[in-house]
Amino acid sequence: MGQITLNQITKSFGETQVIPPLDLRIEEGEFVVFVGPSGCGKSTLLRLIAGLEDVSSGHIEIDGRDVTDVPPAQRGLAMVFQSYALYPHMSVRKNIAFPLRMAGMDEAEQKKRVERAATVLNLTDYLDRRPGQLSGGQRQRVAIGRAIVREPAAFLFDEPLSNLDAALRHGMRMEIGELHQSLATTMIYVTHDQVEAMTMADKIVVLRAGVIEQVGSPLELYREPRNLFVAGFIGSPTMNLLTGPEAKKHDATTIGVRPEHIEAGDPDASPWSGTVGISEHLGSDTFLHVHGTGLAETITVRADGEVPLRHGDRVGLTPHPDRIHRFDAKGLRIA
Amino acid sequence: MATKASASAARLMMAPAVTLLLGWMLVPLVMTLYFSFADYRPLRGAFEPWIGFENYERFVTSSSFWDAVTTTLTMVGGILVITVCFGILLALLLDKPIYGQGVVRILVIAPFFVMPTVSALVWKNMMMDPVNGILSHVWRFFGAAPHDWLVQTPTLSIILIVSWQWLPFATLILLTAIQSLDGEQLEAAEMDGAPPLKRFWFIILPHLSRAITIVILIQTIFLLSIFAEIFVTTQGSFGTRTLTYLVYQRVLESQNVGLGSAGGIIAVILANIVAIFLMRIVGKNLDA
Repeated sequence: MGQITLNQITKSFGETQVIPPLDLRIEEGEFVVFVGPSGCGKSTLLRLIAGLEDVSSGHIEIDGRDVTDVPPAQRGLAMVFQSYALYPHMSVRKNIAFPLRMAGMDEAEQKKRVERAATVLNLTDYLDRRPGQLSGGQRQRVAIGRAIVREPAAFLFDEPLSNLDAALRHGMRMEIGELHQSLATTMIYVTHDQVEAMTMADKIVVLRAGVIEQVGSPLELYREPRNLFVAGFIGSPTMNLLTGPEAKKHDATTIGVRPEHIEAGDPDASPWSGTVGISEHLGSDTFLHVHGTGLAETITVRADGEVPLRHGDRVGLTPHPDRIHRFDAKGLRIA
Repeated sequence: MATKASASAARLMMAPAVTLLLGWMLVPLVMTLYFSFADYRPLRGAFEPWIGFENYERFVTSSSFWDAVTTTLTMVGGILVITVCFGILLALLLDKPIYGQGVVRILVIAPFFVMPTVSALVWKNMMMDPVNGILSHVWRFFGAAPHDWLVQTPTLSIILIVSWQWLPFATLILLTAIQSLDGEQLEAAEMDGAPPLKRFWFIILPHLSRAITIVILIQTIFLLSIFAEIFVTTQGSFGTRTLTYLVYQRVLESQNVGLGSAGGIIAVILANIVAIFLMRIVGKNLDA
């Protein structure tokens, strides 16, 4: 259960086409993350799958059944919204039971399922409260609870963590990951945060302007970004991209090196050198922003946390030769 | 934050306004109370400053009193039911994106700007007139005998006229409430398998409960004192005499100021009882 196929789907709002023809196959039990900058069509894509928007053309199949014209409730999907969309006048118990009540399930079974979901999500003590009396993280869990009681074919998450603070976000990330492991249900997760994408996904779909730029596992995207956009989007801090004579040396228009693949060392015995600008000391790592001599771009380097370099110091930089990504004039990767 | 000096200065500055407002309210109230215990019939030259509760007794025991109370409650209740039900429907309709939305919204609000006297006259002469009224033309078009609205169904007619006037108010308040509903909640309900009617019943209606409460409370306060519509149409005949109208008749038609004042005080007390009653029923929606 939970295999989703998108076949040449498009979406237009009036004259503007936000999603040009798009194909995608999501396997059963996969955790797929749609990631991209805001306005890239990732939420629209999710809403198309959910059925909250109609596709302009193309077909959507869930488990081999064509659901293109099936209303959202009958697609067997559950969605967790960015604002949680809890019903404020109902208790947590009633919120979670709402989809079951709408399906006309008998009271005893409803109660059983609600209590099971509450146990899984640590909500047992809050069942009789109203959403207004809960914290952000608890509301998030209620929204997830409302989704899991339906035992859907797939879960859809629309930027569910963007309203939480950093610490809570990390915790919920783990919880959703755990949930995926224990339920083994297909999950589609939309986010603009590449850290969420990298940490949670089995498969990442990078979108830009409605177009899929690359699909692959987090490490595939990290190791072999297909183009400049993916290269710049995946990884934190972002990859250093160099153009001009340095790139020419490698027979490319642009070359990219990730900050963690550059070694800081002796300025006289390294291929590149420069002066340190701002250095960010995080304790575990130090990010050095180096103004390279003869290089147009500032280069970010990840160095050891205890590195003694300061603003204005001269430093030599050595990129790992096998970790240099090369891109042609169209921005595509040169193999 | 405020110093002692500025606090007392503020009190001093506010004093004229407060005094004026208090005087404005208190003087008529105290005078009404005073007259209600007096036998005061100016045209007969009768003035007895203290006759105890005689006026109250006469007002309450007259047969027209209970009729007036029943009429008042029927009218207020009927108007509330019509304005709230149609207000919700209209608000739902106006919330949808339609062509010419701005114009339609202004048209819907328009009746609220028409003075009560004018609207009652228009309804009486242009709509409900048994000979020339638009409604009688409609009746005749379908081959039916024209309905003499203000004679055959006078209370219903007045309810319709006043409902027409107050519908925009209810619609406006309910429309803003509908617009404040989070669209994701409706989408979540849709995903949860709730068809449109159930979405209305389980999501939209509870969301509107507070706005409905406010509409009911505010309208009740104003509707208890409707006067112009009755004065212009039926003059209180055919069982359309409300408490307000009864007080008017006692004071100006019978020229019995004492009796009318007693009626006024009773009306105030009754209005408060209704208000407390309403607060009890619907007021719990207002907290939280």
